[in-house]
Amino acid sequence: MSLPRRLLANWLPAYAALFVLFLYLPVMLLPIFSVNLSATPKFPLTGLTLKWYEGLPKTPALLDAAWNSLIVGVSAAVLATVLGICAARAVTRYRFRGQRAMNGLIMAPLVMPEIIVAVSLLIVLLSAGLSLSLLTVTLGHVLICVPYSISVLISGFEGFDRSLEEASADLGETTAGTFRRVTLPMMTPAIISSLLVSFTISLDDFIMAFFLGGNDVTLPVYVWGQLRFAAKLPSVLALGTLLLVASMVLLTVAEIMRRRAAARTQTTGGLLA
Amino acid sequence: MPERTMIQIDDVTKSYGDFHALDHATLTIKEGEFFSLLGPSGCGKTTLLRMIAGLDQPTSGSISIDGQPMDGIPANARPTNMVFQSYAIFPHLKVGENVAYGLKRLKLGAVEEKRRVTEALEMVSLAGLDNRGATELSGGQRQRVALARALVMRPKVLLLDEPLSALDKKLREQMQVELRRLQQAVGITFILVTHDQYEALAMSDRIAVMFGGRIAQIASPKEIYQRPVNRQVADFLGGMNFVKAEIVEENGQSITVDTQGFGRVKTERPPAFAPAGRSATLGIRPERLRVRWDDATAKHEVKGTVIERHYFGEITHLLVEIPGMEKPLSVTETNDFGADDLPLGATIRLGYDPDALVAMAE
Repeated sequence: MSLPRRLLANWLPAYAALFVLFLYLPVMLLPIFSVNLSATPKFPLTGLTLKWYEGLPKTPALLDAAWNSLIVGVSAAVLATVLGICAARAVTRYRFRGQRAMNGLIMAPLVMPEIIVAVSLLIVLLSAGLSLSLLTVTLGHVLICVPYSISVLISGFEGFDRSLEEASADLGETTAGTFRRVTLPMMTPAIISSLLVSFTISLDDFIMAFFLGGNDVTLPVYVWGQLRFAAKLPSVLALGTLLLVASMVLLTVAEIMRRRAAARTQTTGGLLA
Repeated sequence: MPERTMIQIDDVTKSYGDFHALDHATLTIKEGEFFSLLGPSGCGKTTLLRMIAGLDQPTSGSISIDGQPMDGIPANARPTNMVFQSYAIFPHLKVGENVAYGLKRLKLGAVEEKRRVTEALEMVSLAGLDNRGATELSGGQRQRVALARALVMRPKVLLLDEPLSALDKKLREQMQVELRRLQQAVGITFILVTHDQYEALAMSDRIAVMFGGRIAQIASPKEIYQRPVNRQVADFLGGMNFVKAEIVEENGQSITVDTQGFGRVKTERPPAFAPAGRSATLGIRPERLRVRWDDATAKHEVKGTVIERHYFGEITHLLVEIPGMEKPLSVTETNDFGADDLPLGATIRLGYDPDALVAMAE
């Protein structure tokens, strides 16, 4: 092995470790300071406490925000997933004019600056005469959730052997019965995965909720509001830790479901090869 | 065999734009028959099968099953069941649930349903595998589950779309025998789609050979093999030596020709025989030419020189050049008299039965 290659081989793992540390160290500080006794986020820690967590359920404004986030998250997740099912089925099952352009346009919100989209939506919604509320936040969230929902669902629908639905019809089942007994059970893991991913994105989104929420505040907007008060910082850290854990759990479950869906459809698709 | 008509295909065409996947096909399949649709890929055989199942609709023409016209009747209301090429086993259901899938709608009651599932699984030698997951099965087992799932519905017609093509050679040959046995046991009309001529020959009562959306010939395996109507059919069903000939005399039943190499031959006139001018083509299968080892000269023989020899274990393929013939004859000979030891350049005599020389359309 040549010298540069040997150097590279030794240094690449170190570089990778540094990179991961850089990614996650700031995030790891969040839970650490959230159990710190003193209100200022500084080392050394002055002692361990859970009092910041205990204070959370006693804050009515926070509970309101949490409730709002839940309503928006569930509605956005359901809407985005229903739209996603239709789009993913169209993309994987049919060939139509302008399909590639359509695929690209559906995914575009992923890379568009969210603040621009939010401002544009604000202008459109206001000129349409809608007042800002949780409804407008939900609409904004559907927009940013749909690309994620579609990509999860496409991986579920891909490789779904069409002859499964034909076999069901051949065995006497109706179209509705086939959807209920074959298509839906096969797609369930992908659908659950899409719901979880969409919910998580909605739960974590600040920009849409900030621009389109009016007086209705979701959790990230509430957190942002609290940051003005230094004394509230530890509560924000505690809340942030909870949000972080919730997001990671939801996304992990979603990914497990997505893989299960992909494996399930591939066992039939693979047989043809 | 009963002579009742089970399936009537009447002038059926399936078009996609200008392309005719099936072009004016007319065909009658009898009750209890094992019928094969044989042809290369894209010949329209699967299209026809799917239209019988109701998964595709004809562009024109009509299909009736057991006397009932099938126009507008969807797949789920037809007395047919299909074994798909991919088997289409429901991966989220167990073996037993797969087999019971269609029975659920019939509301037979748990006991009767269970009895029929068990019976169907026994029929395909999968007894006791009810609770096995569908994804834990081998290719051969999937094939059997697909078969049981279709047979348990007791259809009037069982449709099989290339059911053995995904299996390895040995399993395929074993399943050919089993399928044929099963069909004779249940007495249901089977329609098999295949591109494998040996499969069709081994299993069928009758075969329809198809090319480019058209049915070229419908006959028994023996008839198709021995008396192919044209060169295309002859070629598709194995080796064939084509012999050029001049027509000397013809009438409705027979033709008499002067051939290259084989002299004057009188043979049966094939149905679609329409010679251009006086020339015609005769064919003789390589295994119908036999090397003559004795010294006595027989009436029906040709003399030639061995120019190539290929050993295949139980048989040897010889290429024999015959004076006066444009192409050398291909000969398949068993090895019991030493065909595998014939030296190149040896002069041999080939005997034949004049009935093995058949006339065919171009």
